[in-house]
Amino acid sequence: MTLLEQFQLWLGSIWPGWAAYIVPAIVGIVIVIVFLLAMVIVFIWYERRLIGRFQIRLGPNRLGPEGIFQPIATTVKILLKEDIVPAKGDKVLHWLAPIIVFVPVLMVFAVVPFGERAILTDLNVGIVYVVAISSVSAVGIYTAGWASNNKYGLIAALRAIAQMVSYELPVVLAIVGVVLMAGSLSMTQIVASQNIPFLILQPLGFIIFFLGTVAEMNRSPFDLLEADSEIVAGYHIEYSGVKFAMFFLGEYGHTLAYSCIITTLFLSGWQGPLLPPIVWFLIKVFAVFSVIVWMRATLPRLRVDQLMAFAWKGLLPMAVINLFMVAAEVLWLSEFTPWLLVAVNFVFAGVLVLLWSRLFTLGGGRVEV
Amino acid sequence: MKFERYGIGIAKGMALTFKHLFRPPITVQYPEQKLNVSRRIRGNELVWFQDKCTGCATCAKSCPQGNIAVVTHVGSENNYVVDKFEIDTGRCMFCGLCVEACPFDALAMGRSYERAQYRRRQLVLSKEELQLSEVRQPSGYARPKIEATLPKQSLLIYGGMKEGGQKLSWLGLSKKRGRGV
Repeated sequence: MTLLEQFQLWLGSIWPGWAAYIVPAIVGIVIVIVFLLAMVIVFIWYERRLIGRFQIRLGPNRLGPEGIFQPIATTVKILLKEDIVPAKGDKVLHWLAPIIVFVPVLMVFAVVPFGERAILTDLNVGIVYVVAISSVSAVGIYTAGWASNNKYGLIAALRAIAQMVSYELPVVLAIVGVVLMAGSLSMTQIVASQNIPFLILQPLGFIIFFLGTVAEMNRSPFDLLEADSEIVAGYHIEYSGVKFAMFFLGEYGHTLAYSCIITTLFLSGWQGPLLPPIVWFLIKVFAVFSVIVWMRATLPRLRVDQLMAFAWKGLLPMAVINLFMVAAEVLWLSEFTPWLLVAVNFVFAGVLVLLWSRLFTLGGGRVEV
Repeated sequence: MKFERYGIGIAKGMALTFKHLFRPPITVQYPEQKLNVSRRIRGNELVWFQDKCTGCATCAKSCPQGNIAVVTHVGSENNYVVDKFEIDTGRCMFCGLCVEACPFDALAMGRSYERAQYRRRQLVLSKEELQLSEVRQPSGYARPKIEATLPKQSLLIYGGMKEGGQKLSWLGLSKKRGRGV
């Protein structure tokens, strides 16, 4: 029973039924929104500081202690800007797009387990819900690009759809590997089954899932749909003011959501010694986010064809093979010690990555993907 | 087996950026931290030596802008006594012609580059303001005698740290800081 359900039961004993039903729901929503906003502000600050350190700079450090209030100033600046709608754009869709992008991100947090019982609702199909809901953002991005009546916006929108469709497959197949090993679709069950984190148990699945989600949250090096050097700002080129802030929030919220999902699926979520569960959870989320920032600081942006080739020729076959491997292990090797699985899987992951990187080598008179 | 072709490049790149985390930041946080400048720099200020000045007003004549105002009267020993020596640094372009023209080495360029003011009137520097002081030091520009007295210095950021050179902390975090204005 989650904390919220317990609260609801307790409230039901003193308040009428309908109030006991609505009030915990509102409390839960407020908690999630506050968590999201606070974490997004911290994420923006953290990313700017960290990317500064990667580039031997300092990053924002003036406003408040260590520049922690800089994102707030940025937000205020963005919110105060004039809201401009393109004259020939689709007014209604232009207004609707930021909401379609942002709301699914918020909804993902309904099934993120922050602690053993600290989860908004413990759906028994939690991970399927996440996959279904998080893809809806792509519709919002497409709507934004379409409604802007801007060629760059439309190009970005088409890229977003292509990217989302391509990377959804390996991500889902990697999730199936996790689900096979955990034996449940519920997020809390998946966390509870990870005495050894699935990062160690399924390194290849983690790599596939991580790269796939980085591509889905449109971050560097897969940030083709806002590639500034090619298509200016991509789908939010015609957005300003509050609507742009929504996109900004949605983007970072997406990153936060997927950091949480990665933590839940592969880093054993809130589990950990000594410290309270929520602290462990946040530490892991920040660790995942740091790696994402690290990738952004290092890797150059992929070309469009490279992006597609990486999904269809690289991640997807590897994900299928990984899935069969995990299924075979669960079927025949489950009674042995898990450390045997770890060893097998690490060797397997190394060999497979080597084999597949053969596809993406340069040279041989052939300079392309 | 050449691992160069098996994605090792990505690992190398990631390792490189990771190493950057442990390097001191290049950033110089200007109002609090300042880089050393050469003492031979032709800075944005002028230094006037009252004892050397004879009031001949050669500097005023050489100034292309006519910024220098010199007013004198005849003293007891048949010399000029300088009543007023004013330079409007707001209009000055620091070409250094006055310094080069002075026959008695009574003017020199300074070292500082921070001479902004809030009011234009404050940019017109009087006789007292132009004189040698703690913050108003002459540079070696066009003054070989002054240059000979200047110590040797290093401008390297990671230099010897003794004379010149600047130590930058690993994470130049905001410890103590004024308002910056």
